[in-house]
Amino acid sequence: MDESTRNAEFDKRIEEGTKIEPKDWMPEKYRNQLIRMMSQHAHSEVVGMLPEGNWITRAPNLRRKMALLAKVQDEAGHGLYIYSAAETLGASREDLVHQLLIGKAKYSSIFNYPTLTWADIGIIGWLVDGAAIVNQTMLAKCSYGPYSRAMLRICAEENFHKKQGYEIVCTLMKGTEEQKKMAQDALNRFWWPTLMMFGPHDSDSPNSATLLKWKVKKKTNDELRQHFVNITVPQARTIGLEIPDPNLKYNEETKNWEFGEINWEEFYAVIKGHGPCNKDRMKARNDAHENGSWVREASVAYAKKKQGKKVEKFLNVG
Amino acid sequence: MSDNEQLPVWEVFMQQKNGGPHQHVGNVHAADAEIALQNARDVYARRGGNGSIWVVPLETIYASGSDDEAPFFDPSDDKAYRHPNFYRVPKAVKNL
Repeated sequence: MDESTRNAEFDKRIEEGTKIEPKDWMPEKYRNQLIRMMSQHAHSEVVGMLPEGNWITRAPNLRRKMALLAKVQDEAGHGLYIYSAAETLGASREDLVHQLLIGKAKYSSIFNYPTLTWADIGIIGWLVDGAAIVNQTMLAKCSYGPYSRAMLRICAEENFHKKQGYEIVCTLMKGTEEQKKMAQDALNRFWWPTLMMFGPHDSDSPNSATLLKWKVKKKTNDELRQHFVNITVPQARTIGLEIPDPNLKYNEETKNWEFGEINWEEFYAVIKGHGPCNKDRMKARNDAHENGSWVREASVAYAKKKQGKKVEKFLNVG
Repeated sequence: MSDNEQLPVWEVFMQQKNGGPHQHVGNVHAADAEIALQNARDVYARRGGNGSIWVVPLETIYASGSDDEAPFFDPSDDKAYRHPNFYRVPKAVKNL
């Protein structure tokens, strides 16, 4: 079969809504775009553990601590699901991890912001995981089977992340003036970076059209962002929080919450490595990798030793 | 082991509930079967409620599906008579 027939057949399968599986033929660009997206996504899960890990030892009580530990552990698992799915496309785990460690790989810009107070943990669970769920619910329908299956699993687990975050914020909003201020301050700092998570405007998103055509994405960045704002504004208002956007207003006709312009300069600066915590995150990730090397070495030594025993036993019998 | 070397891949099959089939859920990297099983539990069964887990070395799985093998399923594709709705019987008859 020649290249153009193959391409046409592939497009037809996508059109019909057939899922693409690892051993199916696919255009190189489809494969590469997916590896790019999935590796960034996996790295985000892994780096995303760092801002929250910062508060595990300082959680205000045992209930909060258990929830946060479980959440952070989930994020590690989510990273793994997506790395596994990326491997089905021929990407090597070694290479993906290496790209992250040397600072070449991208991950969600939101994790380059610091978690200054306990309220940030609530706001992150509610907003950042909330935004991730909006994106991942769409990706659960994506045309690549392994990615879509990983997303289904992740979405099922992540609903607790969002709810525990919102619960933290609700509790603070029922507390002292100081606690309410702390929650509002956290929202003020995280609101805009959260909106940036959906990526550039559709008009500035060079990969969007192809990704939509191939049903890797089923909605545009701006559509997803609007949906997120629409569901989040009422949640903020219910507990007395004010969205830090003077231009926010409800449009009766479109039923959308219209919002102000994002600071794209900040977005691109953080992506390029100039966010508040980029260097800290990379250092923490490298330290963790280095400090964990003895575990990997020990498990290999143990496996070899056991393997040796098996061979010995076999030889004795023989 | 080099600093960044990855351990062998084990595909994970999980029985979601007692009596059900083992279904593929993903994979883990581990030096041996025992650790693979523990990793699989930590990664794919964090919320419990699972029957059992199998871990299978990736290189032992031989799969169909590359498009060079398109005629692979041909022998069964054209045998509609293997399905009950191939057969014509009076509609009024129940419990057939």
